[in-house]
Amino acid sequence: MSFTHKHILGIEQLAKEDIKLILDTADAFKEVNSREIKKVPTLRGKTIINAFFEASTRTRLSFEIAGKRLSADTVNISGSTSSVVKGETLEDTAKNIEAMSPDIIVIRHGHSGSPHYLAERVGCSVINAGDGTHEHPSQALLDLMTMREHKGSIEGLEVAIVGDIAHSRVVRSNIYALSKMGARVRLCGPGTMLPIGIERLGNVEVCTDMREAIKDADVVMMLRIQMERQSNIMIPSLREYARFYGLNPTNLLLAKPDAIVMHPGPMNRGVEISSVVADGVQNVILDQVENGVAVRMALLYLVSGVESMQTK
Amino acid sequence: MAKAETIILDKAGIDRAITRVAHEILEYNKGCVDLALIGIRTGGDHLASLLQSRINKIEEIEVPLGAVDITMYRDDLAARGSKPIGKTEIPFPLDGKHVVLVDDVLYTGRTIRSAMDALMDFGRPSTIQLAVLIDRGHRELPIRSDYVGRNVPTAREEDVVVVFDENQNPVEVKLVKP
Repeated sequence: MSFTHKHILGIEQLAKEDIKLILDTADAFKEVNSREIKKVPTLRGKTIINAFFEASTRTRLSFEIAGKRLSADTVNISGSTSSVVKGETLEDTAKNIEAMSPDIIVIRHGHSGSPHYLAERVGCSVINAGDGTHEHPSQALLDLMTMREHKGSIEGLEVAIVGDIAHSRVVRSNIYALSKMGARVRLCGPGTMLPIGIERLGNVEVCTDMREAIKDADVVMMLRIQMERQSNIMIPSLREYARFYGLNPTNLLLAKPDAIVMHPGPMNRGVEISSVVADGVQNVILDQVENGVAVRMALLYLVSGVESMQTK
Repeated sequence: MAKAETIILDKAGIDRAITRVAHEILEYNKGCVDLALIGIRTGGDHLASLLQSRINKIEEIEVPLGAVDITMYRDDLAARGSKPIGKTEIPFPLDGKHVVLVDDVLYTGRTIRSAMDALMDFGRPSTIQLAVLIDRGHRELPIRSDYVGRNVPTAREEDVVVVFDENQNPVEVKLVKP
């Protein structure tokens, strides 16, 4: 089957077959990253703009490396050094970027829906690299790739996601992706961090007791307490949070013995995850980062095909 | 209306062609020192593994076998969109090797160009040679084959199909008229 999505705005819009194709393509691209010459000419002559209006190390670096390994020209702009600080609107910034005819804009923005707004107003492809508290599709895809690698298949997996569910775009993308691929999701966090009705997004169960959430889970995914989004006002103290919702060697024993531990990063060691677990044998956190490059190569490649077919 | 099909090679014919090509490769390279076979997905990889076992029968030596997927190196992304990408597996160093690229049908030569670009990214082979089951003409690049199973004159509108069974063994080669 062929890929038909010009934009990657969220997992919500993707079908199960699309997700499978992206993961298979990423598997193939992963081999390039282990070569001595880590570059293929696939996207020669394409220009990719990484417009990051919000802080990011991993995702921006990952998209940039992915583009470069496919021989595309990647250019970065960040919020603090762009005309945004002079008061330019997102639409004007986008129009100006578009006037320089890029092929793909990768956007991260603090406001949910910004990539969708952009996609309606520019001619090139748009890839969402995280919008507010809405979606972070490439993160969910690299999570699925890592689960598939370690567990063989995603179907039937019990995935516990613990932490600040309310502020997490990673959670929303993962709920869509995991539900579509046939896994079950258990969400867990303090009541203040669990939005009402989130279970309607997919195959989801919600609970506030962490022990219940991770019991016999195949995958335990810990989320970061997001200081920059005022997570701290929703909990009495970080110490108390760590005690009830932190992953440590003791409560990890409740999960299946071969369960894997994931974290989208950046980690707050000693808060949501103890260092012993973060560096333990069950952690696959750096595999996630490694797979991130392959997944983003797959996304850039697949949307490029659709984009160039349409402009031709 | 059913398309007109002619069988160019049957199973026995393919078998003989592969045996002859195996002998030619060994003769030209004076044995199999530093020899390696790399098949182009999909089709060429199955033929390369057949050639490997044929060479093994003749010389009792297992030559290294690899497979290359050229999708990442194609020049027609705009015309054909993003095709699914297969795995490239070259589990040995290419430096100093005499590499025989194996493909099922040689046509425009563009696939071979892509495959050579791919090989260069993996190392620096001493030589690259080309073995194909069918050479159907109509080259668009200055590329020729060193070992040919069968030369078949064709028209551009026609199609040459190598049929494989479920065990990836070639069964027959058909010329399909439009």
